[in-house]
Amino acid sequence: MVQAAVKPASSVDQSGDRPWVGRSIERVEDAALLSGRGRFIDDLGVQPGTLHATILRSPHAHADVLSIDTEAARRLPGVAAVLTGRDVKAVTTSLVVGVKAPVECWPIAMDRVRYVGEPVAVIVATDRARAEDAAELINVEYRPRGAVVDPLGALASGAPVLHDGFPGNLASDRAFRYGDPEKAFAEAPHRFSIDIKYPRNSCTPIETYGVIASHDAGEDAFEVLANFQGPFSIHTVIARALKVPGNRLRLRTPPDSGGSFGVKQGVFPYIVLIAAAARVAGKPVKWIEDRLEHLTASVSATNRATTLSAAVAADGKILAFDWDQVEDCGAHLRAPEPATLYRMHGNLTGAYDIRHVKIRNRVVVTNKTPTGLNRGFGGPQVYFALERLVQRIAIGLGLDPLVVIKRNLIDAGAFPYRTATGALLDSGNYQEAIVRAVEQGRLAELKSRRDAARAEGRLYGIGFTAVVEPSVSNMGYITTVLTAAERRKAGPKNGAQATATVGLDPVGSVTVHVASVPQGQGHRTVLSQVVADVFGLQPGDIRVNTEIDTAKDAWSIASGNYASRFAAAVAGTAKLAAERVAGRLARIAAGQLNVEAGDIVFAKGFVASKHNPENRIAFSRVAALSHWSPGSLPDDAGQTIRETVFWTPPELTPPDEDDRINSSLCHGFIFDFCGVEIDRVTLETRIDRYVTMHDCGTILHPGMVNGQIRGGFAQALGAALYEEYAYADDGSFLTGTLADYLLPTTTEVPEPEIFHMETPSPFTPLGAKGVGEGNCMSTPVCLANAVADALGVADITLPLVPARLAEFVRGAEPPPPAGGVTAAPMREGDRRLRGEGQAAVKGVPEQVWAMLLDPATLQSVIPGCQRVDKVTDTHFRADVTLGIGPVTGRYRADVELFDLDPPHAVTLRGGATGALGFGSAEGRITLAPDGQGGTTLTYSYDAAIGGKVASIGGRLLDGATRVIIGQFFTALARKAGGGGTTGSGFSLFAVLAKLSSLFGGRR
Amino acid sequence: MTRLNSNARHAVRFTLNGKPVEAEAEPRMLLSDFLRHQLGATGTHVGCEHGVCGACTVIVDGMLTRSCLTLAAQVDGCEIRTVEGLAPSADRLGVLQQAFRRNHALQCGFCTAGILMSLDHYLGENPAPTEAGIRDLLSGHLCRCTGYTPIIQAALEAAAQLASPTKETSDA
Ligand code: FES
Ligand code: FES
Repeated sequence: MVQAAVKPASSVDQSGDRPWVGRSIERVEDAALLSGRGRFIDDLGVQPGTLHATILRSPHAHADVLSIDTEAARRLPGVAAVLTGRDVKAVTTSLVVGVKAPVECWPIAMDRVRYVGEPVAVIVATDRARAEDAAELINVEYRPRGAVVDPLGALASGAPVLHDGFPGNLASDRAFRYGDPEKAFAEAPHRFSIDIKYPRNSCTPIETYGVIASHDAGEDAFEVLANFQGPFSIHTVIARALKVPGNRLRLRTPPDSGGSFGVKQGVFPYIVLIAAAARVAGKPVKWIEDRLEHLTASVSATNRATTLSAAVAADGKILAFDWDQVEDCGAHLRAPEPATLYRMHGNLTGAYDIRHVKIRNRVVVTNKTPTGLNRGFGGPQVYFALERLVQRIAIGLGLDPLVVIKRNLIDAGAFPYRTATGALLDSGNYQEAIVRAVEQGRLAELKSRRDAARAEGRLYGIGFTAVVEPSVSNMGYITTVLTAAERRKAGPKNGAQATATVGLDPVGSVTVHVASVPQGQGHRTVLSQVVADVFGLQPGDIRVNTEIDTAKDAWSIASGNYASRFAAAVAGTAKLAAERVAGRLARIAAGQLNVEAGDIVFAKGFVASKHNPENRIAFSRVAALSHWSPGSLPDDAGQTIRETVFWTPPELTPPDEDDRINSSLCHGFIFDFCGVEIDRVTLETRIDRYVTMHDCGTILHPGMVNGQIRGGFAQALGAALYEEYAYADDGSFLTGTLADYLLPTTTEVPEPEIFHMETPSPFTPLGAKGVGEGNCMSTPVCLANAVADALGVADITLPLVPARLAEFVRGAEPPPPAGGVTAAPMREGDRRLRGEGQAAVKGVPEQVWAMLLDPATLQSVIPGCQRVDKVTDTHFRADVTLGIGPVTGRYRADVELFDLDPPHAVTLRGGATGALGFGSAEGRITLAPDGQGGTTLTYSYDAAIGGKVASIGGRLLDGATRVIIGQFFTALARKAGGGGTTGSGFSLFAVLAKLSSLFGGRR
Repeated sequence: MTRLNSNARHAVRFTLNGKPVEAEAEPRMLLSDFLRHQLGATGTHVGCEHGVCGACTVIVDGMLTRSCLTLAAQVDGCEIRTVEGLAPSADRLGVLQQAFRRNHALQCGFCTAGILMSLDHYLGENPAPTEAGIRDLLSGHLCRCTGYTPIIQAALEAAAQLASPTKETSDA
């Protein structure tokens, strides 16, 4: 699927003396990153003697922890400490929970595990491999409980309950009403409704989490280096959990971070865990997450079940919305959740002028990984429902979807516009943006392409989306989850303090520091442009530091890299700080040049008189004066050595008495349309053209803005077409490798056609708005609308994998023909394995029967069996080492025999557990004389497998099971003196082929 | 074939970017970990350790290799090239690296080393590549930041520049 030939580059714009802001200059970050000199967390040295941690995790989605035996692990040479829940509890307190409920939230399981991958023990040793060896020796005894993975299922009566403090698994239930929605619905001629299940996915940065922590017992103070991304409100959560005041938790970030997209906010429970381990071990401890851990148990976006209804006039004008959202936050409500649900609260009417809105928001817990920040943060979930509904309305009324979009847009003259739910939309001209996109993106021609394709019988569709992209979060929006009375009690929360420091050194060179913690967005480059413009210098003259050290730097709870706040808030604050210094420098220079301060300009490295440019003084001379000769400065000029500015926009007020909340400061606009074709045979969705029009206010660096758009688009395309954190019904996690959780590659991602319009924000110093998250909100639903148009179907669920489209196009798959000898999962996502077969064994049934019940024989014929103990005549225990796919591990098996009919038949029932997972199975074996002195064994089995093997070996399980059972009967036959297996017979070649598909790239 | 004792460390020697290197490794140590933690060559990154993301790609005896699927002991005596060897000098970038910078073909830079190694190898063998060929080659690499197109563009530009008779620097 190669398309959209790449255009020649005009990507760098470095010469001429126009202002630097607004130009694509080369990034100052790149030289180091391109030559292997990046400084990511795992590249930095550690203090000698630093220990390394590994984490033992739950294979069960929901189980009581009956006992943890760590003896053998502790005895292993090189192991310094093993921490279980009890040890962590001794030195920490529970993480705060974002709603008022008697519920605790620990970074490690206490007496119960509630999701696959939940930490159960932390093992600290001299190196990572030793720690992993020790983890294998830990014996955990679990008693499984029923698990629930579906948010609506969690609310059903009789569903397993995760936390007693959340009765019925309901963590929060709030209703809101704006305007008069009941009246609007009663009077409207039409009502349209849509039910949505938005799946779980994650932007999965290529660098995983990393934490290095140490504890100073003398001062009871922690020092932590972590690739955390903010928000630094979480610093208070960590300090509180570690039972120290904030000034005893020094949290630093490394110079480089390998992507985050919100996800690295979720490292914070591990900061607590590793800091606790450092305290217990008395030495610095380092932990780098591996990919299985990351996919299984780092953090995820929320999945959500939404019912959205609209009251609609005959011409397509939407009069009211009725939202019913059920948000699935996973097993624990971790800070800042349930923020994903409330981030969009002010924007629940999208780009439309709708005055009457009713909302019910419920937050539920399920046996899945806890959720957190993820690019788009609440936007994809909301816009999927909203923009799918707009398409349904158009179809229902026989209108063009674009007509319905246009009929409802907020008027261009209405800005700043207060939405029904409280957002203050700063600026925009949505109509104009659409006109330009339709023309520049050649919609008319795209429609003829659709017509032509359809005339040939091809499946071709066009989708549209209009989206308002919020940026710079109000730190108070999350308190909308509380009632007005609860908020009054808790005190007001609002604002978004951004900070920037500009410093001048004794030779007059300029340093900038911000607490923005970039993960690849090029903040250092943009800030050098912004500050260079203020001082009349070159970007190369400005040195920018974006690392954060909470012990020394200016920061606030709003610091960090999230909610697309950099361009709008942080870069603007740097401008304000530089201007404050420049104002003082102008006063100093004015005295020296004998002119008014108002006559001073900064240009080309000089401070000069506007009227007489020859009357000038070198910037560095004026800049250094505060160091060398403070006495010669004008009395009221103050120092010019260092200036820190905090900036918070006054528009970000707390929720009002009627629950109206201006959840974000800036609101960009996106209008997307696309043409897709679905292959009739493979049902692969191919993007023919994707047009995305953005108005993100003033553009600071066009190359980076387009980079954000492309990157967000590629991730959104993954979410739409491939990616899902999949769980089996029992809560087993099924997508633990990047061969199971499929990310788009070069062959799947086309180049979007990007267009811009600039309506500056009146609320930000530079006029800029955020741009990084928009396509994660607009693209999934735009593609879904196009696919719905192509297939003519009403209900679309992501991701649009061919197997799912097959159901839309061809109906449900018929059951396989009966009587076949197969061992295949019953359906996708279900890890039950069934199979049957036959084996021929020498010796009469009585002999074979005796062998089957003899521990010594069993030990020698069970593949990988170390020992078999006979507990009673019908109860055996075995230690087995099994390899399934890429994972080999020890399992303890417990097997009981039932329905004995010697020597004809027996039923076996049992289970196995090990560090790599668990399984339970039932089988029936019948023995019949084959007429030649031998025995024909017929067997059937039904097994369920969960835990790590299900996460990473899921696709290999049926093949591997057949191999193992085949090996068993081959060995039994050999032991009995000949024979062999027939029937299910296995193919080693097939298994090898599967293995190589796991490791051999992606084609 | 030598048998290595699984509990002992063994000397591993090879040539890294033209210079002889030596350090000790347990038999189970991966080449990626050996490069990064024993030799301090941290430019090669690890993103998945199961062979899918491509971040750890290096060149072993002229062959593109996932260093996360290779044991350190396996490359004893080999010639290895990594991202640290791409630039002509510490303060200058090679043609391909420059093209990446011009085209904003990286953001966080975590995937970049592996992609550069694959491209460096490919452009050496295919001086006139097509976009389709490069997309196909790079389908073995995951990048979460860029959306890939700038990378393709950088590769095509670098290829054109390397092929043009007026090129002034060589890409190591
Ligand atoms: S780390 Fe080697 S391919 Fe991902
Ligand atoms: S640049 Fe970040 S993963 Fe490629």
